[in-house]
Amino acid sequence: MEDSRRTFLKLAGVAALGLTTKPVLDAYAASGGKVPDALVKRGSKAMTAKNWGMVIDTRKFTSAEDLEPIIAVCDQTHNIPKFENTKHEIKWIWSAPYHNAFPNKTNKYMDAHSHEVPFLVLCNHCENPPCVRACPTKATFKRESDGIVLMDFHRCIGCRFCMAACPFGARSFNFRDPEPFIPKINPKFPRRMKGVVEKCNFCAERLAMGKVPACVEASDGAIAFGDLDDPDSNVRHLLHANYTIRRKQSLGTEPSVYYIVGGGGSEEEEHG
Amino acid sequence: MLDLAVKGSKKYWGLLGILGAIVAVGAFFYFKQLSFGLGITGMSRDVSWGFYIAQFTFLVGVAAGGVMVVLPYYLHDYKAFGRITILGEFLAIAAITMCLLFILVDLGQPMRMLNVIFYPTPNSMLFWDMIVLNGYLFLNILIGWNVLEAERNGTHYGAWLKPFIYLSIPWAVGIHTVTAYLYCGLPGRHFWLTAILAPRFLASAFAAGPALLILLCLIVRRVTNFDPGREQIQSLAKIVTYALILNVFFLICEVFVAFYSNIPGHMDHIKYLFVGLHGHNTLVPWMWSAIALMIIAIILLLIPMCRRNEGVLAVACVMLFIGAWIDKGMGMIAGGFVPNPLHEVNEYMPTGPEVAITLGVWAAGFIVLTILYKMATGVKEEAAGL
Repeated sequence: MEDSRRTFLKLAGVAALGLTTKPVLDAYAASGGKVPDALVKRGSKAMTAKNWGMVIDTRKFTSAEDLEPIIAVCDQTHNIPKFENTKHEIKWIWSAPYHNAFPNKTNKYMDAHSHEVPFLVLCNHCENPPCVRACPTKATFKRESDGIVLMDFHRCIGCRFCMAACPFGARSFNFRDPEPFIPKINPKFPRRMKGVVEKCNFCAERLAMGKVPACVEASDGAIAFGDLDDPDSNVRHLLHANYTIRRKQSLGTEPSVYYIVGGGGSEEEEHG
Repeated sequence: MLDLAVKGSKKYWGLLGILGAIVAVGAFFYFKQLSFGLGITGMSRDVSWGFYIAQFTFLVGVAAGGVMVVLPYYLHDYKAFGRITILGEFLAIAAITMCLLFILVDLGQPMRMLNVIFYPTPNSMLFWDMIVLNGYLFLNILIGWNVLEAERNGTHYGAWLKPFIYLSIPWAVGIHTVTAYLYCGLPGRHFWLTAILAPRFLASAFAAGPALLILLCLIVRRVTNFDPGREQIQSLAKIVTYALILNVFFLICEVFVAFYSNIPGHMDHIKYLFVGLHGHNTLVPWMWSAIALMIIAIILLLIPMCRRNEGVLAVACVMLFIGAWIDKGMGMIAGGFVPNPLHEVNEYMPTGPEVAITLGVWAAGFIVLTILYKMATGVKEEAAGL
């Protein structure tokens, strides 16, 4: 008796769900069966890896201007607003002087290149991300399939615990509605609402369509992107051939962004 | 017992009216914050927690401080505190109410608050903080209400309540420990990354909480016919004295470790707070005021003649309460964010709307406190046959 009632209730529940979702499915059908662009789903051309990582060859940048197009393309791709008030700034990838990017690796006397050319900084997509540990709603999470640390803008409650937890200052909070401050809206990427946190997503939406991250594409070969877990990947070859450093490595978060440093060569020639 | 809360003098209703007006002003600005976003506060990308979270942290301490009357009475059978345990428990209820409100006003998307329950995440300290704070609120309502009702009926509270009372004692320590764990487990925030943070929080809690209770006892004695008692106040004063000394001692330990080791990451935050960093020194006068207030309070409290004089005692309590509030409420949170992870110095100061919302939450807490104390003192007066 109990059992049959439970079964009936279950069936009734499923039936009710079916009835309510029908209009939603119809709406999809009406759009010609095409999944809307905003829905990030892995396509047949999707790029996959076990553990995405990045190697930035800082030797290939000769001035701050070299970094600007890379930052600009990310801003445009991801609908990043431009605020006058720096307190409300949203930054996914930006440039910082060496002593800010690597505050505990700063020498008293530095080579001219590291001193003069700023560094690109972004979310490190850490292997042990403290932000994920701190988030009380799993709104920020590490994607098991490829190690990217992602944000669910619709689940975030805006407590900003992740911002306190991040040792790299990689996270931004929408202190106000960003929409009026987006120079040119890219309809292919979601805009955010006020009150949620955001950060670099390693262009998960582009990887799903088989494209490398926008910054990598714009970097003219200075940024390499690949699978850190694959010994034959481009990034592993670079890491094998070059001495690299990572930001605040001693904290044990295991950043996935590596920097090839030592761009003194060309500077010396110029000065010599 | 609610009947006692709705029958009151003009002064009682006047006080509630004033507090209500402050709440209304706060609510007005809160709705502005809801529509504009947290951008109306002084918080920034670098100092992403400010006044609200600082008040929250401080008030968790005040709530935990209530245990300093509960513990001696129930565990050590210190009879004198039996008279005032209810005041400690009701203060805890009001303080936790404020804590929860401060968390609420700090959220960017408050309507999604229940996501913390829908997607429970045990690896987040905030998840545990929600559990311990709500649990402590529940325990104090349950215990306070039942004990007071039994007192009004001239009976002894039910034996079933005893386990809850015992549970509330370690729970009080728990709320402030978990609150410290919010901060002290974050890599890269060297100011908070110290094992002594929870003990330090508890020390300042056991100073500021009972100090507020002493002041409330003195007020209760003046405005009602219930006298919390001289012995009770003096015993609280001794607790406050030693807790405050411990608080300053822990601060000295922090300063020693940072400066003797000479590690820049550890020194920078303390330098910012007490002497300024790269020319940024907004908090310097505040921090030195806090130190001065706490040191003078210690001296006043240590001299028996001063401590026994209730007027001087009141002054010392006000001083240390303000001192502990600045130390924890202003320095502890902003200090941890300056300099930022990239060692850039971007300072923080609360804005007008932010202060108005903060005052509104404090006023809401004091409404709860006034009503609860009205009931408690009403029952005590009845019991005394007044």
